[in-house]
Amino acid sequence: MSRSDYVKLEGVGVTYGLGPDQTEALCPTDLSLSEGDFVALVGPSGCGKSTILKLVSELLKPTQGNIFFGGRELGARPVRVGMAFQSASLLPWMSIRDNVMLPLKIVPPFKSDYRSKRGGEYRDRVDALLEQVGLLDFADKNPWQLSGGMMQRANLCRALVHDPDLLLLDEPFGALDQFTREELWQTMQDLWLARKPTVLLVTHDLREAAYLANRVCVMSPRPGRIIEDRAVTFERPRPIDATFEPAFVKLVQELRSQIVHTPTGKRSSAA
Amino acid sequence: MSPRTQKFASAGLIVSVFVLWELICLAFGISELILPRPTQIVGAFLEYAPAIRPHAWQTLYTTMVGFFFGVLIGLSLGVLIGSSKLAYDTCYPLLVGISSIPKVAVVPIFVLWFGAGTVPAILTAMIICIFPIVVNVSTGIATVEPELEDVMRSLKASKWEILWNVGLPRSLPYFFASLKVAITLSFVGSVIAETVASNKGVGNMMLIASSSFNVPLVFSGLMVLATMGISLYAIFAFVERRMAGWAMRKDL
Repeated sequence: MSRSDYVKLEGVGVTYGLGPDQTEALCPTDLSLSEGDFVALVGPSGCGKSTILKLVSELLKPTQGNIFFGGRELGARPVRVGMAFQSASLLPWMSIRDNVMLPLKIVPPFKSDYRSKRGGEYRDRVDALLEQVGLLDFADKNPWQLSGGMMQRANLCRALVHDPDLLLLDEPFGALDQFTREELWQTMQDLWLARKPTVLLVTHDLREAAYLANRVCVMSPRPGRIIEDRAVTFERPRPIDATFEPAFVKLVQELRSQIVHTPTGKRSSAA
Repeated sequence: MSPRTQKFASAGLIVSVFVLWELICLAFGISELILPRPTQIVGAFLEYAPAIRPHAWQTLYTTMVGFFFGVLIGLSLGVLIGSSKLAYDTCYPLLVGISSIPKVAVVPIFVLWFGAGTVPAILTAMIICIFPIVVNVSTGIATVEPELEDVMRSLKASKWEILWNVGLPRSLPYFFASLKVAITLSFVGSVIAETVASNKGVGNMMLIASSSFNVPLVFSGLMVLATMGISLYAIFAFVERRMAGWAMRKDL
């Protein structure tokens, strides 16, 4: 297995429904991630970005093509996945600490020692993570006592606490205001630099994609396919100010032109 | 209005209703055969207290036993139906159908099957309180946020783990809210059954008292029922605050 084939999608497509009602959600797509990579998927809404995430996390089965993880077909052995969505979806009856600890209760091999380690080792593990994102003082609070940005930090912690093989983020910062979002980008970058998880990020914020990712994959409108795979080579850690520098702005504009021009082109050809 | 003055206002309203009742009866010289005054009702209660007590115990007993089994059945059915979309869609029409039958109408059937007495009262109390519990619990479980379910499923959590960690705790506020409704309904059920076919219980006592035109005693039976109903409601409201206070976003 080469390092670049940590996750590999080969001709993976999804269609919903049968017969004439059939809709194609995702054209046959190839995509590969190397271990420790940070890839962002961008594209117009409904293009199948989230579908790819659901496929990789085994929430959805592809109707064609194959997905490989570590050289073997997905499903052959359990892949440890961490997921975070736009809504933090923390459990309101639990403290932040217990919320973050939830995966340790469910995911093997952690779950077998959950009872004996929840007060000790696991607690320390969670607290270390919370400290990294600046939430340690809020560990005993309930979710509704936190701001939206803080809840999203806790959500990231929950997605990372069990050292996932794959971190899948579905517009996790989409519902936040601009300032909080930029703070969270930095937090995310710090977490990635410290732990080097393999990340697949779905977003429609091009600045976010260009700031966070090593590679940005642009998708066409529905039914989606990847029309550009762009390496982002800015030096890390990237300061937020760097997003206003000409090279960065140019990159974002080029990505934008890919997305904004495609539908107009399509419309004229149809007419 | 501050919560404190709010409470005073509520208490004041209750007291003034009784005072007004008393005054109107006095002012218009209403006969105690039509509407006894509150003081007469309390007087009758004190006078007949030893006779009322066994009836009150009987009603409380049938209500609580019926309620207990109703909760047991309602909770299990609710969990079962709520945790599967197929079961939810399949069972819901039947449940709505059953629930729309006036429960009073089934009392004669219970009497036919089990004879007059304690059993029909318990069964009526039970059947009347199952439905609100089933509906609430199944709704609580069935409406788990899809994103949260995706998070759990991506962790490869089993259906059972999702139910135990997310579905059940999430449905707790719904469950306790339904308990408050169910306990008062249970009272309705057992009193109806006692009135129709029993020789014990407050319902039966009120029936006998009204046939002998002892109207103050009828009203004191009502008072006993109200007191028991309110007390049990208060108990479950308290339990609800303790167990599911997070839903009201109170600091526990």
